[in-house]
Amino acid sequence: MIRITKIFIFIAALVPFGLLLWRFFGAAPFDMTTWGAGLGANPIEKITHVTGDWTLRFLLITLAITPLRKLLNIPSLIKFRRMLGLFAFFYASSHFLTYIWLDKFFNLHEILADVAKRKFITIGFTGFLLLIPLAVTSTAGWIRRLGGKRWQALHRLIYVAAIAGVIHYLWLVKADIRRPVQYGILLGILLLYRVAMWLIPSFQKRRSMTAPHKVTAVSQ
Amino acid sequence: MLIKKDNEVPSSEITPRNIYLNRRKFLAGLGIAGAAATGGLGLRRALSGAAQAFADAKISGLQKSPFSTTEKITPMTDVTHYNNYYEFSTDKEGPAELAKNFKTRPWNVTIDGAVQKKLKWDIDSILKFSAPEERIYRHRCVEGWSIVVPWIGFSLSELIKRAQPTSKANFVQFTTIYDPGQMPGQQRQVLDWPYVEALRMDEAMHPLTLLCFGMYGENLANQDGAPLRLIVPWKYGFKSAKAIVKISFVEHQPETTWSKANPHDFGFYSNVNPNVERYHSQSYERRLGEFRPRPTLMFNGYDQVAGLYSGMDLVKNY
Repeated sequence: MIRITKIFIFIAALVPFGLLLWRFFGAAPFDMTTWGAGLGANPIEKITHVTGDWTLRFLLITLAITPLRKLLNIPSLIKFRRMLGLFAFFYASSHFLTYIWLDKFFNLHEILADVAKRKFITIGFTGFLLLIPLAVTSTAGWIRRLGGKRWQALHRLIYVAAIAGVIHYLWLVKADIRRPVQYGILLGILLLYRVAMWLIPSFQKRRSMTAPHKVTAVSQ
Repeated sequence: MLIKKDNEVPSSEITPRNIYLNRRKFLAGLGIAGAAATGGLGLRRALSGAAQAFADAKISGLQKSPFSTTEKITPMTDVTHYNNYYEFSTDKEGPAELAKNFKTRPWNVTIDGAVQKKLKWDIDSILKFSAPEERIYRHRCVEGWSIVVPWIGFSLSELIKRAQPTSKANFVQFTTIYDPGQMPGQQRQVLDWPYVEALRMDEAMHPLTLLCFGMYGENLANQDGAPLRLIVPWKYGFKSAKAIVKISFVEHQPETTWSKANPHDFGFYSNVNPNVERYHSQSYERRLGEFRPRPTLMFNGYDQVAGLYSGMDLVKNY
């Protein structure tokens, strides 16, 4: 059952990417002159926005796993967390690659100037960098090598990366901050949950009784 | 001037927009199912038909203009489906649909401030001030994309002369209509409505500055600023106010909407300038329809305006 669900989630998580490719290459994938036509007037901007949006969504979904498994009492949800986190990294990488390749055409001078001078790029880039060690150490081998505690501490970087991602969005919009604020509110709720769990001893007790993280660390 | 209302398509014959969109979704659905290969370009053709059906009034007797560029014109579908028009939506694909029923008649333009006498002109009398010219201009957005559009209009100076400004008129201020009932974007305070833009008098009198009411041989599309807008091709697009209802002649430099919203990024002048980085790096731009970025030119390539700014520090006066 878990296996089937995993396959289902895997395919579902690739749908936004598949749709992008489909709309990008359109009816004539071998005719370069039609590339991008299905993505509207500014295909590169569209790809950037779609991959950026899905990065934030997958970060939020990943961060929702722990609260959901406790509130809904479905401990097995943890089995999907790694895959969801890796999809957040996948979309972040696509977003980053779109920027350096399609947007800047590897113009290193422009890219470095952008990272240094434009604070929304600086923070977005930082968020992306923070995700790299998390993706690398997502395997069972790395959990073993680092030990559950240290691994868990390292993976708290996702909080910072998600905050960086939302601020990146907030700073880049010209005037309409509605969407980034929506992401910010959701992220705030997910992070407040953790603060509450940490602050409220009764929750603490419940947490130590179920000991979810240790169990996974060992079982994986 | 003659605006022929031939080619009248009864509105009953125009396919409602939602059906286009449903058709699009349907085709996309087929695509996922791996059925008949019908993709981006075909869909785009379908959409371009729609755009032409909406703006159906051809403008006849167009004069050619020596100011026109010979660069490749951006497809009309792109120019009518990729609009920064926050009065309707902050989503660029939104205005095409949301502006569909925007009323552009009756339409009056108030002339006030430092003028001999306050005036109220009907749009159709303004359109008779001078013969319509087609001007193919480069248009550069501060966001880093650009288009080439065959606008229709005449020099703003034709209107200014008739408005008879007094010696106190140092700036010309343009106000966009405020009508939240018709413009859903104005129901939220994304910007300080109504939209206000302004030019220095000599900029406004420059022959390149176009009072625009048409595009691609037709009336201006609603989502592109109908019935009357400004086109200042050497400045970033947001300086070119849309759906103008008031033109005021003022003594002091007015506060303009975007520079009020974000004074660090958007200055009063906002000349296209690859050397000034504020909101974004401006050294490159992406021409819609092209993949590789191209270098941005000073004054968007309209060097003839350089004299307006001689002796001015354009880094300070961004």
